[in-house]
Order: sequence, then structure tokens, then C-alpha cells
Amino acid sequence: MAYVAVKGGERAIGNAHAWLAETRRGDTTLAELEVPQIVQQLSLAVDRVMAEGSCYDRDLAALAIKQSKGDLIEAAFLLRAYRTTLPRFGYSTPLDTAAMRIRRRVSATYKDLPGGQVLGPTFDYTHRLLDFALAAAGEPPAPAPEAPAGDTESPRVTELLSREGLMRREDDATAEPADLTRQPLAFPAARPTRLQNLARGDEGFLLGLGYSTQRGYGNSHPFVGEIRHGTVTICLTPPELGFEIEIGEIAVTECQMVNQFHGSRSEPPQFTRGYGLVLGHGERKAMSMALVDRALQAGDLGEDRTAPAQDEEFVLLHSDNVEATGFVEHLKLPHYVDFQSELEVVRRMRATATLQPEQATP
Amino acid sequence: MMRPGFTAPVENAQACFRAVLDAISRPGRVQILTLGLTPPAPLDIATAAVLLTLVDAETPLSHDAGAEADSWLRFHCGSPMAAVGEAAFVLATGKPPALAGLPAGSEEEPERGATLVLQVASLEAGTGWRLTGPGIEHEHRLNARGMPAGFISEWAAQRGRFPCGVDIILCAGDRVAALPRGTRIEEG
Amino acid sequence: MSRDEAYNFAYLDEDTKRMIRRALLKAVAIPGHQVPFGAREMPLPYGWGTGGIQVTAAVLGPRDVLKVIDQGADDTTNAVSIRRFFNRVAGVETTTHTRDATIIQTRHRIPEAALTEAQVIVYQVPMPEPLFKLEPRLAETRRMHALSDYGLMHVKLYEDIARHGHIATSYSYPVMVDERYLMSPSPIPAFDNPKMHRMAALQLFGAGREKRIYAVPPYTDVRSLDFEDHPFRPHRADACCELCGSGSSYLDEVVTDDRGGRMFVCSDTDYCESRQAGNAKEEAA
Repeated sequence: MAYVAVKGGERAIGNAHAWLAETRRGDTTLAELEVPQIVQQLSLAVDRVMAEGSCYDRDLAALAIKQSKGDLIEAAFLLRAYRTTLPRFGYSTPLDTAAMRIRRRVSATYKDLPGGQVLGPTFDYTHRLLDFALAAAGEPPAPAPEAPAGDTESPRVTELLSREGLMRREDDATAEPADLTRQPLAFPAARPTRLQNLARGDEGFLLGLGYSTQRGYGNSHPFVGEIRHGTVTICLTPPELGFEIEIGEIAVTECQMVNQFHGSRSEPPQFTRGYGLVLGHGERKAMSMALVDRALQAGDLGEDRTAPAQDEEFVLLHSDNVEATGFVEHLKLPHYVDFQSELEVVRRMRATATLQPEQATP
Repeated sequence: MMRPGFTAPVENAQACFRAVLDAISRPGRVQILTLGLTPPAPLDIATAAVLLTLVDAETPLSHDAGAEADSWLRFHCGSPMAAVGEAAFVLATGKPPALAGLPAGSEEEPERGATLVLQVASLEAGTGWRLTGPGIEHEHRLNARGMPAGFISEWAAQRGRFPCGVDIILCAGDRVAALPRGTRIEEG
Repeated sequence: MSRDEAYNFAYLDEDTKRMIRRALLKAVAIPGHQVPFGAREMPLPYGWGTGGIQVTAAVLGPRDVLKVIDQGADDTTNAVSIRRFFNRVAGVETTTHTRDATIIQTRHRIPEAALTEAQVIVYQVPMPEPLFKLEPRLAETRRMHALSDYGLMHVKLYEDIARHGHIATSYSYPVMVDERYLMSPSPIPAFDNPKMHRMAALQLFGAGREKRIYAVPPYTDVRSLDFEDHPFRPHRADACCELCGSGSSYLDEVVTDDRGGRMFVCSDTDYCESRQAGNAKEEAA
């Protein structure tokens, strides 16, 4: 048999790409999926890709979903690779989520509170029965009933507790937070850095870690103080103007978990907070993030760090699905040079072991 | 009027970087830059090119080059100005500050040691100091005229703190050479 | 090939190149020390050479001639893909001939031909930390490097010897650089380690996902860890290349049937092809 060198890699790659494009389109007798359809009808997929791709652009996220055939991690990767090429015009001022225009707001700690409970467009109380009516194209659903938005403010639940002195005050972050996309992670990581990392982190990874804190891996007693979803205004202070201007609005989901804290030598017993904020509508992610954020504060609060979710190196270095998928999937690249060297070693060790069983160890 | 920076920013910066990379990889070898650059006094072409190539808004800079050079550097590099003890890059066109006064990094982060861009009267390979260490097959000779008195002993003292230390990029006219912190220097 | 003008030369923006260039200079000045850098997301996956690509992009100029190899071969799919990337975004000349290249980006091998002072070799590095299997915590390993405390690695190698009679590490075999820093040579076979010692070419290492750059300047001591009674010995398959007859190059084993049939061929395709051409010339003469 002749040795066939892996020639023609160039042609193989070209052909593979052509085949990929063909399978992406699928059956050409069916209408092609349009990007605006994805934006409108797969909006939670779009939100997840924006959050993990850390780039707020619904159209580009939808395009990425189409290009990736619905592989959402691949789509987040496409969006990340695009965002790194964008020039930076400036930095916004911190978002004011207290002034959020609310679509949904629920608190598990109070029956009622100023601003009220707003269920919003949620799956929560749907019965998970496949709706075969959706399989047949039909009439659009009747519009949902509308009421005028109330003008009562919706103060944050954690703020209500803080005023009573029951919620641990966060340190006022005056220092400029590090930028994870520009500076490599260093440990110990400051909380703003951890939160940045978690906000971009993989939903599944955070979900599993958050879940583990509820099952005894980490000392956690969480209550959902509040989940709110809606739109917030983005403001910017251009140096040439010197005053703040509004440049637009984005949708975000915020979760504040309230956790018991037994106190330490320097601090009285009080509640502490776990914080989650994600781009778009991503409740599961925001809640998981808040659980993990609280678990990662173990060190700062003088609690024992025993569980995986409390281990900041472990959590922060493995949360990013673009990094994780690249490294896991790189195992399919050729490794035959290394494998060859392993083969040589194993054969040599076996030879030593069979020839001189007594002398195998010096 | 503000004097211009690189005429072809992408190509010029790459060419200058390769010269500096060669210089620091082979301490004492003199690299010649061929760039059309008309920097303000007192900056030599090589000095100006090295700064345009490496310094920007993320690198605090300290310098002794005077007002015209200062506004030129602020405009083209956009670097924040800092005290010698806080700078990532220190430019010395006259008598340089004591090496021991520059950031040397820490045992865990020696890369935070500063880079001293030192403009000297002339650079000539083949004579002068005997250099040995990483990057050098046997020995390199370098004659840098205009070095401050006592430099060799200052260098030896910082050599004892390796991996902490300061790296030096020497510039004269259109010439560049480098002394990374690991290089051993003996009088020729 | 003309370059795609939609992107800056070599893809990266100039700010990013400057940041990488500064890290590279510090890496060369502190041989073997891992310098953290703000690795960017590249349009290729992490783990597929993004670190090497960023280093190459920061070093590359229009007059460079680039060679890209994976497993020693120019035509493996990932090497082809990376070469195409630089064709597109830098429009530089590429070659498969080791001697014609000014920059060689590699995954898992060092070419057989000795490299020269006019060349730079850029290694793609998946895990820059040589101690990671023994201590996964970066805060810990950073302290060990600061103290040059490598007892853990010596113990590991010694346990190998106690257990197997010799050191069982066959690739990513740890090296000491200039007797100061323990360094991962990247997953090259231990066979290639001696080529790193006092190499004439500059050696640069890029780890994109782990966001580290490190370097070995030319003519720098690179010693594979060993013990006096168990000196380091590079191994290769005990055979000659079926194609060029080389008895000294690193060999790939190719399975030819399912009855134990196999043959050995050079992993370095350029080395093998130039030897085959030389053999043909000799025969003709």
C-alpha cells in the first residue's frame, strides 16, 4: 500500500465548507429562514447569544444563529470574534436598573411591595404540554390585554432591606473596573471582574454550579429578593461635551438573591446579596449567576471555601464556553506526533516489564 | 505646527518593532532603521520611532525631552505622563535617572519592570563592552558613547535582582541596540 | 495573493499589536517566564492556534515568508487553515520550505533542518504552565516560578523512574531555560527538545486561551529535566523512513492494514521531500 500523504487539505476544506453551506440551507423547496424571523420568533435564543457573545445587537446575534445552524455556542463565538474588531468610542456610565422600564418583576420575599408583582411574558405557569396548534401555521394569537403602565416606582427589594440595616452594604466601587476583554484574569479577582466573567459565562455551567450550592455544596440559603426584566437607558459622557447624554436603551435581566449571613467578628448578622445581570431576557442565567456570585464571596466574608462554586479559579477559568469549546474540541485536531511518542514509551515500558519483571524498578 | 508621526503607520511600526525585537533578542547587535521620520528636537529618529512603536494610552511615560517633544508624544502616542517610579516607559535624552529608581517588577510579575529608552551619542558594534548572556552565542561587543558614569556597576547591581529589573533600548541617530536585564556587561 | 483590505494588515488592530509586541519584548528579556497578555478573541477557535496566530500577526511584515506546520506537515488541515488566514489578511508569501521561511508557525514539532539567525519560530501552546498537571492553581504555580521552586516536578519525574524504570513523559517534556525558569516546550515530542538548546533562531510561544506569551532568545540554554543516573534521552521509533530512508528524523507510524501492518515515514514533510529529491538526483547521476 502506498503512503498517502495528507495532500489536498486545501481542497478538502473547500469541499467541507460547500457541504456545510448546503446542509445549512436544507431542503430548498422550503422557504429560507430570514434573520428578522429569528429576531422575532427565537428571541430567547437571540438573547442568550447576545449575553454569552457579550455584544448587544439582536440582528447580528440572529445572523450568527442562522450561520451556525442554531448552534448557540458557535453563534456566541461568531459574535465574540466580531465584537473584538469593533473600535471603542467610549465607556457608558453605570446602568441604573432601579429606573428600569419593567416588563416583568417578581419578588419571592414579599407578598406585595411598592411597584407590585408583574408576571410579564413568562413560561412559569404554562403547563408544559406540546402545543400542536403551533405546528400548523395559523392565525396569529389575539393581542394580549394591555393596561396603562402604573407610575409607581419599583424600588429594589435589596434597597428596602438596606434601609433597615439588614442588608450588607456593598463597597462603593469607585475604582475603574478591570476590562476582562483587554486584561487577562489574575487571582484573587475583584468582584467587578468576577461579575464580568459570570455575565459572559455559559448558562449551563452556571446553572449546574448554582444548583450545586442549593444541594449543600457551599453554605447557601438563597431567596429571590427580586428578578426584574425590562429596558434601561444607556448614558455616556463624551469628553468633548462634558455632560451626560442618552444614547439608547437595552433590555436586561437582573436578579438579586438575598442570602443569610451569620456574621463575623467584625460584622453583625445580616443579609448578603448575590447579584446577576445579563443582556436580554435570561432569567435562568441571571439567577444562576447570582447564586454563584454569592458563593464566590465566601472568601471576602470569611466563610470556609470548600465547594466548587466557592473556588474562584475553578469557576472563573472554566465558565467561558467559547474558551471551553475551543479547547475541548481541539482534541479532534491531529495529535499523532504526540501519540507516536506515547506509543514508543508504552512499548518500551511493556518490553521492560515482560523481560525483567524483577528489575523493572531500580 | 505639529510634526508628523510615521508616514506609513502600520508598516513603519512593524519594521521598527522587528528591529527592536532583533535588538533585544541579540543584545549588543546594532539595528539600523530606514524610516522617513522628522521628530522634534531633541529626539533622534530611532528614539522617536521606538516610542511611536511601543508607547500608547496604556503605558505611562516619563521623559526629559522638553515641551515640544512632550506635545508631540502626547499627540502621537496618547500616553499618560507619569513619574519615573510609576512609568512603564522612561525616555532619557540627557542624564538618565538611576536604574534603581525605576519600576523593576516583582518576583511574581517581573514583566512589570520598566523599559528605559536611552538616547546616546552613538552606537557601534564590534568594539567596547563585552556582552554575554541569553541571545549571545559567544560574546557581543558594543560601544555606546554617552553612557552615564557608573553605569556598569549600576547594571551589575540590578543584574543581581534578576528576574526583576529594567530593560534598556539604546537609540542613537537611526540606530537601535538593546540591553535586556539578563545581559552581563564587562568593560572592554 | 493579494490581501483582503477589509481587515487591518495581519487582522489585529494596531493597539492590539502594540500590546502583544510589548509583551513579546518582556518575554524575550526574561527567558522562559510566562508574560500575561490581553489575548483577543480570534476568528479561529481557542485551542486551535490563536496564541501562535496573535504572536505571528504581531511580528509579521509584508516582506516575511511564512511557513505553517502542524505535526511537522504543511498540508495538515489546521496548518492549511492558518496559512489561508494569513494569506487573506496579510497577503504575505508562504512557503513549505523550511530554509526559505523567515517565520515558521508550528504546532507539535520543530523542523528537522537547523534553523538560522534569520528565522523566528512561533509555537502554538495549549497549556503554557509546565506544572499544571501537578498544581492546577495559577496563584500557586506563579509563586513556585517566583521562587524557582520546582521540587514538585522533580518528585514527579523521580516517581516515574521508581515506577517504570525511566521517565514516562514523552511529549511536553519540561525544560529549564537559562537555569532559571521551568518552561513547557509546548507538546512537541521530547525528541525535539534538544533542538531548542542554544538554537540560533528566536523562539516565541503564544497561548491564546490561557493568555500567556513566553520566549527563548537565541543561543540560550534549554535543558530537559533529568537526573544524573537517569539522563534525558530523546526517543524516536526504531526504524527508517520508508520514503526517504532517513534513520535520524522523527517518524510517524502509519497503519497499513488491520493485521498489524505498519510503516514509518518522516513527520517533517519538507525534510522528507527534499531528501527524496536528493536521492532521486543521486540515482540519476
